[in-house]
Amino acid sequence: MKAAPFEYVRPASLADALELLAEPGPETRIIAGGQSLVPMMAMRLARPGRLVDIAGLDALAGIGRGDGGIVVGAATVQAEAERSPLLAAEAPLLAAALPHVGHVQTRNRGTIGGSVAHCDPAAEILLAALAMRAEVELASVRGPRRLALRDFAVGAMMTAAEDDEMLVRVLLPARPAGLAIGAAVREVSARAGDFAVLAAAAEIGLDEDGVCRHLRLAVGGASPVPVTAEAAERALLGTRADTDAVREATRLVAPLLEPWDDQRASASYRRRVAPGLLARALETAAERARSPEE
Amino acid sequence: MPVPVTISVNGRAVSDTVEPRVTLVDFLRDRLGLTGTHVGCEQGVCGACSVLLDGVPVRSCLLFAVQAGNRSVTTVEGLDDAILLDAFEETHAMQCGYCTPGMLIAARGLLSDTPDPSEDDIREAISGTLCRCTGYVQIVEAIALAATRLRQDERHG
Ligand code: FES
Ligand code: FES
Repeated sequence: MKAAPFEYVRPASLADALELLAEPGPETRIIAGGQSLVPMMAMRLARPGRLVDIAGLDALAGIGRGDGGIVVGAATVQAEAERSPLLAAEAPLLAAALPHVGHVQTRNRGTIGGSVAHCDPAAEILLAALAMRAEVELASVRGPRRLALRDFAVGAMMTAAEDDEMLVRVLLPARPAGLAIGAAVREVSARAGDFAVLAAAAEIGLDEDGVCRHLRLAVGGASPVPVTAEAAERALLGTRADTDAVREATRLVAPLLEPWDDQRASASYRRRVAPGLLARALETAAERARSPEE
Repeated sequence: MPVPVTISVNGRAVSDTVEPRVTLVDFLRDRLGLTGTHVGCEQGVCGACSVLLDGVPVRSCLLFAVQAGNRSVTTVEGLDDAILLDAFEETHAMQCGYCTPGMLIAARGLLSDTPDPSEDDIREAISGTLCRCTGYVQIVEAIALAATRLRQDERHG
């Protein structure tokens, strides 16, 4: 369980990091927290010839307002995001996902961008960001580009980033104004903090009459990339999202799932449990929206 | 190719050259002889290798030593924490001792941040550290006892 030899570089700036990525030569991977990459290297599932460590680049860390929403630097440490009042207030769904990510020790190292770029089908940060219809900004020596996260996350552990590109920012849309918002993430895992077998994310916005005017629903762990449950969202908008309506609407996610069998669960388990898990996430989110003081 | 690295370990600056692929836990144990930090799975699952990096718990098998360059590491040997250690002893919070360094580091991380933890906070803080003897009840008890005593100490001291 030891990584193969590699060369280690700590660039002084983002520009230097991008130069290194653009150079021909050994397979170069970006490392920030390394909480997924290091175990993959230890198991020799990844064998990069060179690591470019961006953890010290301040320009890539931090959470702020911008672009009409919230901008999260790719190298922002998860534990820092967990403590951010701005994120809790303005991106409650991502904030609800963070406590489910790994354990304290990994959240103290792992980054938001690292999790998004790793693109694990059951990862909670990816799930919440997809549900929120996030965008991502990539950088390379050829210049920046911006794309919808759903076009970036193309498959299990696969992204649309070219070899010379690096994820630099995650852009989260602003929460809708004038609504009571509630958000929740629910998951099935062997132990709290272990890899999720299935995860569901829900964010709801209710107007003063308790009618649902905003909805963000997604399920992870049952398809190569978490799916957004758009049909369920449409079915519930304009309703009061009562229990029966929620149970019925969340079933609409079933045709989108492409579950598999693995050591954690069977495909049929995933298929049967996913809609109910999404319903529970939504019910919790709705309770939080109705009693915001909690 | 080995590269130079300087890490503050338990308050002492250590300079050495190290191959980039050497993990922090191997560096601590094999190079510095600090075998208090245990190593189990080497893939981030068991938590036995936990150390404090700039004061917060991390897994030293998920970190190459070069990544800790110019940062400060505290291992169980550097935990100057008689109240916490006594609490573990008194409540019989260790059996074989394999998980104990990781548990102590997790407890230190929790108590630095949350001096008055609930039982849930304690369970959450140690959830990433496996005890193969499954003595979790006593470990939770030990951390709660240490928290109470540390708060009393604070008031009197
Ligand atoms: S040895 Fe590091 S987590 Fe198991
Ligand atoms: S005391 Fe034996 S592993 Fe915890």
